[in-house]
Amino acid sequence: MAGVNKEKRPEGRTKQFKKVNDNKNKVVVDENSAIIKIFRGFQGELDAKHDKHERLVKISRDVTIDSKRTIFLLHRHRDGSDREGNDEILNDAKDKIKEIQNIRFLAMAEELEGEDPYQFMRAISPGMQEYIEAISFYYYLKHGQLISLNEIQKDLVFSKTGEDEQNKILTLNVPPIEYLLGLADLTGELMRLTINSVGAGNLETPYKICEFLQIVYDAFNSYGNTLKDLNRKMGTLRQSLRKVENACYTLHVRGSEIPKHMFADVFMTSGDDKYAEDVE
Amino acid sequence: MDVSDTLTATFTELQGYLQAEQQLREDIRFAVRDIEQTTREIQKVLQAIHQPQGLTKIALVCENSRKLFKDVQDQIKILSDKIPANQYYKYHDHWKFAIQRLAFLAALVIFLETEQLIDRQTAADIIGVKVSKEDGFHVDLDDYLMGLLQLASELSRLAVNAVIAGDYARPLQISSFLGELESGFRLLNLKNDALRKRFDALKYDVKKVEEVVYDLSIRGLKPSTET
Repeated sequence: MAGVNKEKRPEGRTKQFKKVNDNKNKVVVDENSAIIKIFRGFQGELDAKHDKHERLVKISRDVTIDSKRTIFLLHRHRDGSDREGNDEILNDAKDKIKEIQNIRFLAMAEELEGEDPYQFMRAISPGMQEYIEAISFYYYLKHGQLISLNEIQKDLVFSKTGEDEQNKILTLNVPPIEYLLGLADLTGELMRLTINSVGAGNLETPYKICEFLQIVYDAFNSYGNTLKDLNRKMGTLRQSLRKVENACYTLHVRGSEIPKHMFADVFMTSGDDKYAEDVE
Repeated sequence: MDVSDTLTATFTELQGYLQAEQQLREDIRFAVRDIEQTTREIQKVLQAIHQPQGLTKIALVCENSRKLFKDVQDQIKILSDKIPANQYYKYHDHWKFAIQRLAFLAALVIFLETEQLIDRQTAADIIGVKVSKEDGFHVDLDDYLMGLLQLASELSRLAVNAVIAGDYARPLQISSFLGELESGFRLLNLKNDALRKRFDALKYDVKKVEEVVYDLSIRGLKPSTET
């Protein structure tokens, strides 16, 4: 501590006086002062908290990156068609998701052990939402259904062997709010899936997704203003839904007129702008 | 169709959850409103120190505000009973300003009584909360520090009013206290957050008091014990 040395200056002024005059130029730390003693304690506590926060932000960012990659991978999947490689893509995605769980989220759960999970929510929430988006997208492609919160939660319970050889259970809590916000992002992916599957000549998926999105949209609407973050995402959700509905409409009305290989062009154009904004 | 059925069921369940949370937030708001009301009363009592005769009645003022702090403790109990375990920070935004203010008022009482900085344990005891989060409803370190920064502003005002009331010793005492407090805060590595912004205002409070001390000393009004 630089201030400690300065303490031993020759001038023998009284303690009180020194404080008043020195503050403007340099910090002279009087280690005997009761106030300084109190603050020394806070120093470590505050640093520890900030460091933990930073570490969590980092993990969360890694989760986001990995999840985004998984989503890109999944978009190579062509739903409903017997295209070769579909199973492989799903398996790859599953491996990636497992990796996120076992490396990233385990680290996160270890950081959060014994903490109030909500204290660091702001740090981990972006990654968690992206992950929920990825895993629910995977689940939808695999099972054609919405993944439940319970299922997501199940994957984030880790058992760890502690120093005392005892198995400890670490749970990374997924708040329902994060689940909902992740699902709101999922709808954007489903919109893209719709356009892609039309391009691949699959004419059933759009109707399925359309119905799916309508239910999600209705549900989110009924939650009303209870969720601030959700309100922001509602606009995007609405747009996605409109695009899918329009795609279904076009299919329905003009489906027999457009040659199959042209579908992709017809719908891609309507999806482009959304694509750009969603990538970042 | 079974897909849409499960979907609807999922969302109904979530809605129940959201409604319950909404209700709890409503309850919390009510409880916090009561606390804020008492807080204002304490503040009103303590404002007396700025009046011309105020500094002669410090003991009485402190006693009266301590009585009101008893009410706060009960109200905090009501609030803390509502918060599920490990969810303090989920709802923290609802009461953090109230707690900051209470920490400030408690610190002011302690300063007036003892001329010392309130430590976190004492602050927690007066407000009726715990110190560490492991023990339950506690005072967040940031909130406590915010309270101390508010104390600095209040004391810089008191320094001015003390002079008006003819008490020339108190500004010196306040000046040395704020100087130490500032050194204390300089030990902390603050992030670029609300606390940091509030800390940046501390220097103006310190400056104000220094000006008062300067005015007193060039006019020879400073109590002679110091020189």
